[in-house]
Amino acid sequence: MAEKHPAPRVGLFVTCLVDLFRPTVGFAAVKLLEDAGCTVEVPSAQTCCGQPAFNSGDRRTAQELARNTIAAFEGFDYVVVPSGSCGGQIKKHYPELLADDPAWAARAQRLSARTYELVSFLADVLGMTDTGARYDGTVTYHDSCSGLRELGVKEQPRRLLASVEGLTLNELPGAEVCCGFGGTFCVKYPDVSNRMVEAKTADIQGTQADTLLAGDMGCLLNMAGKLKREGSAIRVRHVAEVLAGVTDTPPIGEKA
Amino acid sequence: MQPTTHAFPENARKALSDERLQKVLAIAPAGFVNRRKQAADRLPEFEALRDQGRDLKNHVLANLDTYLEAFEAKVTGQGGHVHWCRTDQEARDAILGICRAANAKTVTKGKSMVSEEIGINDYLEANGLTPIETDLGEYIIQLRHEPPSHIIAPAFHLSKKDVEGTFRQAHTDLPPDRVLDDPKVLIAEARTVLRRKFQQADVGITGANLMIAETGSTVIVTNEGNGDLTQILPRVHVVIASIEKIVPTLEDAALVLRLLARSATGQEASAYTTFSTGPRRPGDLDGPEEFHVVLLDNGRSALLGTEFQEVLRCIRCGACMNHCPVYGAVGGHAYGWVYPGPIGSVMQPALLGVKEAGHLPNASTFCGRCEAVCPMRIPLPKMMRHWREKEFEQGLQPAAMRKGLGLWAWFARRPALYHAATRMAVRALGALGRGKGRFAKLPLAQGWTQYRDMPAPEGKTFQQMWAEKKGKR
Repeated sequence: MAEKHPAPRVGLFVTCLVDLFRPTVGFAAVKLLEDAGCTVEVPSAQTCCGQPAFNSGDRRTAQELARNTIAAFEGFDYVVVPSGSCGGQIKKHYPELLADDPAWAARAQRLSARTYELVSFLADVLGMTDTGARYDGTVTYHDSCSGLRELGVKEQPRRLLASVEGLTLNELPGAEVCCGFGGTFCVKYPDVSNRMVEAKTADIQGTQADTLLAGDMGCLLNMAGKLKREGSAIRVRHVAEVLAGVTDTPPIGEKA
Repeated sequence: MQPTTHAFPENARKALSDERLQKVLAIAPAGFVNRRKQAADRLPEFEALRDQGRDLKNHVLANLDTYLEAFEAKVTGQGGHVHWCRTDQEARDAILGICRAANAKTVTKGKSMVSEEIGINDYLEANGLTPIETDLGEYIIQLRHEPPSHIIAPAFHLSKKDVEGTFRQAHTDLPPDRVLDDPKVLIAEARTVLRRKFQQADVGITGANLMIAETGSTVIVTNEGNGDLTQILPRVHVVIASIEKIVPTLEDAALVLRLLARSATGQEASAYTTFSTGPRRPGDLDGPEEFHVVLLDNGRSALLGTEFQEVLRCIRCGACMNHCPVYGAVGGHAYGWVYPGPIGSVMQPALLGVKEAGHLPNASTFCGRCEAVCPMRIPLPKMMRHWREKEFEQGLQPAAMRKGLGLWAWFARRPALYHAATRMAVRALGALGRGKGRFAKLPLAQGWTQYRDMPAPEGKTFQQMWAEKKGKR
């Protein structure tokens, strides 16, 4: 690909949770993109996509943060996000948020058209079929809601995981059912959220997998936190870590 | 029914610790989900029908007055009566007036969520009439003095054993040593008891799944046939329906019916689909002498032209709640009023006000499963978000959350400050958590750590590490 075309310039939208909690995922994303022939840049003007404000009813703040993100990423061929949730915010909700803003509506549309969730970008846009990675273990995969239902991320991670040597995928029953994270939902309605994540971890345990993967840090922190509280030995990682073969850091919620 | 929607967190806690309810919830929704999926998969044009359903209802809502007036003209022309009611009180009074004029004592009722919304049973009882629910689920919960917990399966929250206990308590004229362990036997007993009531009834009240403007017909679907006996045997038939149930033509009704049965129960068609067109005509073998349609607005027309208009496309199939993980965790009663699940989380703030019902649109993870299955493609999460916007505008959200998010947004608007502040926070938190890799307790995060550990951050932000790496390159 890199021989035929100039390398695509990709702006990585890191996401708050990867930036703060798990830089490993960011580096895994960079490795996957660079190995696939992209030039990756990380604009330092990016902060938060604005989804917490948007989903809390603070439309004005959400619009301000959307403009900030658009301005920071306008120059790239693609914007890639290691999260279906933040990716969905940019791709699906920015155009709607700024539809009535004559100065920004078209810019939001343009950014939306060039924005992708990481795994679907690798599989659908770059046509990646073989990651060349190795992972010795039995994994199960949870479909995060926004990636699945807003962006159609379903079969791409499974396709790429199938190319990882040494890896067996045991499908998770109810993989498409929400884990109970839901952003501020999990702290506003902790009892309900707990019931949902309890059901999820029971399903995870039932798969006999030794590793849980997903594509969104919010869900991963929630499920890892619950599994660890239950004393489970199941390792939890972002799917990008396994696809990139970057598994030398401790799994989520475990000590070095 | 006095709403307890404002107490959603307490209602939810109660539901979560109710073991009987949790057992039912662990099984029942999955049955609905599977049946709907099979029905949708069997029909190649199902997704196209959903588009047509959405477009049909959008057209109806844009021309609601025209179709309602056409419907009224047809009903009146056929010797029926239409009662326009702005509020629940007007609807209750209209129905009581019809019952009084008919000298009614016993009133049978088919299943109707609008009748729950206006609280007609309590009102009729308070005025000396005896309303009898004839849908099996509604009959059971009427005996138990409970509200429905699901819009198409009102006794969704009950097990076979619960029903047995209820029947033993209520049917005291039957032998106490009878065996009641089989659903078939329970149904047979209810049928026998209800037969007598059907014959006594002076007025029959049904809802309407649809009203058809071109024919002046109302339509109900049931699987028990109770609706037919409710509306055919008594002298007077009253239909209570909300205004958005209107469609222009019989063909349009067919479209909605195809979507409704599949989305609700996974059937291709309900066992009974009954069209009612005016009172009995000379020469008709059966049918009521009087036919009344009580048309209820109750705040719906106020949604027209607003960001909530699309919710009026709802055909009350219940698919959204069957697929909702929050409903699946707490059941219908936690929602505190007539309409539970995602549709309730959008409708109840409209009907009760955002102050009473503000919890509901917040108690969603926006997982989007409701919208993914809604036969009318109602963007339910988006509408819940609009309610959150109303709350935000009115300053109704908890102060701690507002402040927390406000602080976050203040930094997020200032990238350089944001990166500096997050660097420091992550360094401190990372150092604290390094020993175990996670926190069992964390100040200001009890909502999280009450039930789960908080994974510790790795110790540096990605931005910081990226800058360091770039500096070396």
